[in-house]
Parts: sequence; structure tokens; C-alpha cells
Amino acid sequence: MNAMNSGAMTSNVLEVEDLQIVARIAGRDYIAIDNISFSVAEGHARGLVGESGSGKSLTLRAIMGLLPANVRVTSGVIKFQGQDLLAEGGKYRKSVLGTGISMVFQEPSVALNPVMKIGKQITDSLMQHSDLNRKQARERAIDLMDQVGIREASKRVDDFPFQLSGGMKQRVMIAAALACGPELILCDEPTTALDVTIQAQIIELFKKLRSELKVSLLYVTHDIGVVAELCDAISVMYSGRIVEQADDINKVFSHPRHPYTKALLSAIPRIDGPIQRLKGLDNTGPSLTQRSQELAPPMTNVEPGWQIAPFEFADLDALWSASSHE
Amino acid sequence: MSKPIFEARDVSVTFNVGRGRNKSQVHALKKVSLDVNEGEIVGLVGESGSGKSTLARVAIGLQKQNSGELFYAGQALPKVRTLEDRRKMQMIFQDPYSSLDPRMSVKQAIFELLDTHNVLPKEKRLDRCKELLSLVKLPESLLDSRPYAMSGGQRQRVAIARALSLNPQFLIADEAVSALDVSVQASIINLLSDLRDSLKLSILFISHDLAIVRLLCDRVNVINLGEIVESSPTLSLFDNPQHAYTRQLISAVPKLDAIVRNAN
Repeated sequence: MNAMNSGAMTSNVLEVEDLQIVARIAGRDYIAIDNISFSVAEGHARGLVGESGSGKSLTLRAIMGLLPANVRVTSGVIKFQGQDLLAEGGKYRKSVLGTGISMVFQEPSVALNPVMKIGKQITDSLMQHSDLNRKQARERAIDLMDQVGIREASKRVDDFPFQLSGGMKQRVMIAAALACGPELILCDEPTTALDVTIQAQIIELFKKLRSELKVSLLYVTHDIGVVAELCDAISVMYSGRIVEQADDINKVFSHPRHPYTKALLSAIPRIDGPIQRLKGLDNTGPSLTQRSQELAPPMTNVEPGWQIAPFEFADLDALWSASSHE
Repeated sequence: MSKPIFEARDVSVTFNVGRGRNKSQVHALKKVSLDVNEGEIVGLVGESGSGKSTLARVAIGLQKQNSGELFYAGQALPKVRTLEDRRKMQMIFQDPYSSLDPRMSVKQAIFELLDTHNVLPKEKRLDRCKELLSLVKLPESLLDSRPYAMSGGQRQRVAIARALSLNPQFLIADEAVSALDVSVQASIINLLSDLRDSLKLSILFISHDLAIVRLLCDRVNVINLGEIVESSPTLSLFDNPQHAYTRQLISAVPKLDAIVRNAN
């Protein structure tokens, strides 16, 4: 997979530059996402990792234009294929959603419409964006279901979501996301609600889609193991900021530079590591209303393609000792 | 090691599902046997629908078994549990957001248990609360807080404090860390391991996360479709899994060294 990193220069499908998102709570503005920048190269996958409240899902929602009413993008650029998605009140975004960018959500049983046959849900965007007739669309749905590994697709196309297992529902979601041949799929914890054996199958499916269809992925998760399996690049978020990111995921895993990345890696129980006491942090960062409202200082380059934020909380060790008494 | 504090012998549970023509039975547990020794943390791993939570509910008395017997310290547990039986074992649930009463402060939640069981005179209850909070490493200032004002990790610590309030010897943790963030999860795992040492607790640790089970448990039972397919000491289970299902489960866990494997 990492062979893709070397070789010719690739262009970026998605570029996020200095994105700032502000939430209005009880009449006051709070900075929820603070000047983050990252990109997804063509055919690559970037993992956006962080704990609850770090802002990873909000970032995805900002790209899709699905922000809640009290949250808005105040500055920054989100470029898809070189064009700003936010320009002209999101006109360009409307034209690429579904066809250029699509999204897979965390909970397929919530995201799918329970009273609509799955075939129709898959072809909904297709009917919207192309001039296929209903019969052709149905054929296409069966093709797509086949592609994502749903057996006997021609029979299952008329099933309702309740007739499918969790893993199968997530496959339907992915088929729907693929319907219009997008270049970029945004994934919001698509395997978190699934069992490990099903999760492994879905990860394999994403790998297959990457190699066969050359789709790029922006993959939001709190599970670093999944990122290790699937992604080339990684951005670690904490408290609305990116604290460390690299185009080569190996670097961050083998030599994490930022104290938070180190903390996160040492808090993860590993099935392949030594059996030792974990380091609990007991702290997923200050809540939105308690964060410092100063703007984030810029990130510095460790080397080209690897950036870290200034260490703003050097008392991380103190946090550790306070919570786990070691 | 030592003698068993909890034993389940050939426990079977069947649920009736559907009505009329669609009526059928689901065998949630099929002759499951399991024991937990004193001071031991025993893991029970399986996927959704494997029956692991049903076994927990049977053990704690929330679900009646169709057949089979349960023993606590060698004594058979009766079908209808007395208050005394209930004091011996306590349960920690997955989601502290729903297992704690949102209207009760930490103090009230613990008082409720102490009063139901009538184990402490009223004037000593507050001291006991403070003692429990320090046991789970929470500040005393939280005594009057309600769940909404606390973080997920703090809530789970309160749930643990509450479970410990009656001095049980045996705890059942049903996915007790699955709803928590990794850094918080790590500190709860450490807490459970510390409590085992300091209070000589025995714990049945139910989880779908093999990596956590590997770190925390002394022995592991793997359950699939209502049957325990493998039961071994943790190290041998992970180094040398015997059952095909165990091997499948272990190989499905994403590993951080995946990058190295992919590069090769």
C-alpha cells in the first residue's frame, strides 16, 4: 500500500486549508475547529484520528455541508479537485456531492431509511444525477451490491434494511456511496458499530475499492488499529486542532513526536504488543466552552510531509500520574 | 490457583420469539459452564448475539436460566435471590450514561444501595461514600454532582464505586469500558486491575475487545452462538488458539504492525 507514497507526484483530491469552525452556544461564539490544514492525495487514504470531542466528525460535516445550525465555518478553504467547495454559498459543493464526494456513516441502521427497499436507496443518487431509467438503475444497483460483496444481489435488492445484518447494511451504505462513481469517500467511523470479524471484512472491502476503483478516502475513527490497516496518511486531532500529521503513517507510529500522539498510542491495548500496564490519561481534552480562545500557533515541519503542533500542554505527564497513580 | 468463588454449571437459556405461526425458540446459552476463582479476572469474549450478556444477566440474577445451576463459594444460589445473595456480587454495565439515574447525585446513588440493604447506620453513610470515591480515584467534590455534570470516565468510576459499596467479592463487568474513549478506557482498566489487588476482588470481565482481555484477564473463555468454544489461560489462548473460531476472532483484530505487513 505504501508503494503509492513513493514515485510520481500525485495531485490532491481534497485540500483543507486553515479551516476554522465556530460554534455558537448560549449567545457566545466558541472556536470548535482551529485552523486545521490537511490534504488527501489522489488514490490515497488519510486517517483522521482523535477521541470524542476532538472535532474529527465536525471536520467531515463541514466538508459535506452538514453542520448543525449553530455551527459555521468562519474562515479557511475546502478545495475539491482544486475548486473551493464553500464558494458561492456552496453551489459547487451541491454539484459534486454524490457524484464526486460521498459519505459513509457510522450507524447503518440509522442512516438507511427503514421503509425503503435497499435497491432504491442505492440508486436514489443515481436517478438524481444521471438519466438512467428505473430498470437500468435497478441493474446498476445489483452490480454495485455485487461489487461490495452482497451475495445473491438480484434477490436482495428488494429487501428492506431490517432483513439485513449490520455488516450487510454497511455494505449497502457503501454501495450507495459508490453509486455515482465518486473520487472521494468520507467515512465517519464506518466500522465502529460492527463486530471485529465484520469490521475486518469491511476493511478488506475498502482496500479492494481503493485498489480497483482508485477512490480516495478520508477516514475518521478513534481506532488506530483500523487506520494502520487501511490508511497511508494520518492526522491526529486533539481539542479541535491537529497536533501531529504525516503523509507516511509509519513515521507517526514508530516515532511519534507530539506528547498527545505518544499518550494516545500508549493508551491503546494492543493485541500484538507486550502485556504491560496501559497509560491512562483520563482526559479527552477540555470541553468546547472551556478551551483557550487564542488562535493556534502554526504547525512546524519535522521533515517534509510530517508536521507537529507546538507542545502546548507539557504537563501531560502530570495528568498521567494524577489519573493512574503510577 | 485457589478455590472458585463463582461457578456456572451447564446453564441453558432459551427465549421464545415470535407469535402464532412464527413462533420459535432461540437457544441463547447451551449448557455453558464457567468458573471464576478467588482473586481472578476471567474474560468472556464473543461477538454480538453470542450470549455473553445473557450469561452475565443469569449470573447476577436478572434472567432465569431454563436449566443448570449457579454456585457462589461452593453454595448453590437459589432461584429467588435474597438481599444477602445480592450483596455478594455486583454488576458494572456498559453505558454509565444510562445505568446511572440522571436525577440522583453521586451521594444519593450510593445511599440508595446502602439503605436498601440496610448495612450502615445513617451517620456513617457519608464517610463510606468518601471512602468509595477515593477508592475509585474521584475527588470528594463530586459527591453532590449529578451524572450530566461528569465526563464518561467519571461516570463509569461512579458506577464502579456504587457496585463496590456493599463490599461484594465478585464483580461482573459487562462491556464496562466499550463506551469510553481509549485514554479513559485505559485508566478504567488500570483501576479494575488495582481494585482486584487491593480488595482481592474476583471479576468476570465481558468484552468484545480481545486486546483489552489479553491485557487484563488471567483466563479467557470464548463464546460463540451460546456455547463456550475455548477456555484457556490468557497467554496460551493468544499464542496458541485451539478452536477455529478463536483463531478467526484473533486474526480479525486490526494490528498496528499492519503497515509493516502490508509493506512486505
